[in-house]
Amino acid sequence: MSEASTTAAVQVTGVDKVFTAKRKPSVTALDSIDLTVAPGEFVSLIGPSGCGKSTLLRLIADLDTPSAGTLTVFGKTARQARIDQEYGIAFQQSGLLPWRTVAANIELPLELHGVNSAGRKKRSAELLALVGLGDFAESYPDQLSGGMQQRVAIARALAESPRLLLMDEPFGALDEMTRERMQTELVRITGETGAAVVFVTHSIPEAVFLSNRVVVMSPRPGRIRDILSITLPGTADRDEHLREDEAFFENVSRVRELLHGEAPVGIKPTAARGVENR
Amino acid sequence: MTGTSPTGTPERRRGARRSGTTATRVAFGAGGVLLVVVAWELYKAIGPATGVMIGDLTVLPRTTDLAMPHVWDMIGRLFEQSGNGRNAQPVWLAVAQAAVFTLGVAAVGWVVGVVVGMLLAILMQRFRTAESAVLPWIVLSQTVPLIAIAPLVRRWGAQLEFGDFTWESWMSVAIIASYLAFFPVSIGALRGLNSPDAIHVELFRSYGVGWWKTLFTLRLPASVPYLLPALRLAAANAVIGTVVAEVSIGLRGGIGRMIIEFAQQASGDPAKTWAPIFGAIAVGLVAAGFIALLGVLLRRFRRGEVPA
Ligand SMILES: Nc1ncnc2c1ncn2[C@@H]1O[C@H](COP(=O)(O)OP(=O)(O)OP(=O)(O)O)[C@@H](O)[C@H]1O
Ligand SMILES: [Mg+2]
Repeated sequence: MSEASTTAAVQVTGVDKVFTAKRKPSVTALDSIDLTVAPGEFVSLIGPSGCGKSTLLRLIADLDTPSAGTLTVFGKTARQARIDQEYGIAFQQSGLLPWRTVAANIELPLELHGVNSAGRKKRSAELLALVGLGDFAESYPDQLSGGMQQRVAIARALAESPRLLLMDEPFGALDEMTRERMQTELVRITGETGAAVVFVTHSIPEAVFLSNRVVVMSPRPGRIRDILSITLPGTADRDEHLREDEAFFENVSRVRELLHGEAPVGIKPTAARGVENR
Repeated sequence: MTGTSPTGTPERRRGARRSGTTATRVAFGAGGVLLVVVAWELYKAIGPATGVMIGDLTVLPRTTDLAMPHVWDMIGRLFEQSGNGRNAQPVWLAVAQAAVFTLGVAAVGWVVGVVVGMLLAILMQRFRTAESAVLPWIVLSQTVPLIAIAPLVRRWGAQLEFGDFTWESWMSVAIIASYLAFFPVSIGALRGLNSPDAIHVELFRSYGVGWWKTLFTLRLPASVPYLLPALRLAAANAVIGTVVAEVSIGLRGGIGRMIIEFAQQASGDPAKTWAPIFGAIAVGLVAAGFIALLGVLLRRFRRGEVPA
């Protein structure tokens, strides 16, 4: 294994995933997927429902295993990476434990891995400040709004300072305003922590605003149609003004054309890397 | 930052679910008891002495003092003497002593039942095969009548002997109580242990922690809302099991025997029959109160599910 700086955060090579069930036709959720995510890079997966975005994320998280192909996370097998806590994960539902306070929820992974109480307190205080919930440490999840719960879930995913964040539509259940504010915060947070992110979304503007690269997928069977580099300032410099920027709209249209249009459909589904200006 | 106050919301929610203060709830409870008393006395006053019959079938009881003593007679009898000579004592004291005895045996039965029920539930959660192998037997076990197992338990118990330990009758009664108590616990706990959402289970998997840690940090806390009703049922079953088993084992000192003894004196002293029944009710109330207390202690684990 080479140095951390040169090892890809995620390396997916020729991965298939076929779901088989008794007395039902098998479903090819993913078909020969190749994808590399560099350390610190923000990559979004976008595509119509059922194209295998969640499945791909779950394979990376070792919550499921590929039917074929290889998958490494920081040069290790997905299983080893999970055991070594290389990634933090957040889902569409916050998945907070209702009987734990906000602080105790954030401290959950630390507690499970034997961090002492003083260390946990310090870390949860830092994270609460980071997600702007400093006053709510002792509140219970049912006392928070949906957006606040989601921020707690993100803080929990960041608790062990993972080098990789896996997020499956974490803002899917939020209203548009909260959603945009959360996106801005996520851009800031990942800028500060330097973590790589694999981010599943249904929203084109969201994908463009957050990402270095957008992976456009197509369904039945789940394939990568194209990978688009976003031509915008580095993610750390993105803020609210960007949403009204001409360049932002240009990128949004490029992704939209790829998603809807027949444009460069996957004759070579894997490596049609980017459009001209990168 | 979203504008909801941290405390405003839950109070509103809780208020909507449970209306009224403690005082009004107590008043309603007392009103319910009063209603029963009034109905009893009203029927006794206006109902026919021979009871209400349809054909040969008695649908409402006789209203004689023998069948339905006045409520004040039943209560008054509690404060008069029972027995004669040296062991004369007020009825209420005799009933209270019997109730404490029964409560103690029922408590032992409850604890044993809860431990066994929990262990079975944990075993069934851990191993799918255990669930399919054990669950049918658990359900079947409850179809065996108490009368049938009481002599068995006593016989097996009598054969137990090691060191200074000797099996005593009250232990047989406790075992029978636990036999009734473990059932709701094992079923309720199994549902509770399986209740965490897939998202929570996967989260724990992503943390790379094993089954035991997941059990203690996720499954057991999540099972509390399912467990409390099961524990309440188990407590009621343990009390009933104890009273019935006292009769079938022939254990002296508890409410069960007292009900039989006093009933035999019913023709001469009808109001006295009711005294141990009040005792049994008191035991049930104490047991229910204990579970309510447990619910208060565990209230943290009963917070509503997080809205998505
Ligand atoms: N556990 C499973 N068993 C069988 N089939 C599955 C399973 N999980 C996913 N699939 C199938 O795999 C395909 C891809 O599912 P996946 O959840 O990855 O889609 P998605 O892109 O995340 O969709 P959405 O945007 O709606 O979340 C679907 O056709 C789905 O039916
Ligand atoms: Mg999905």
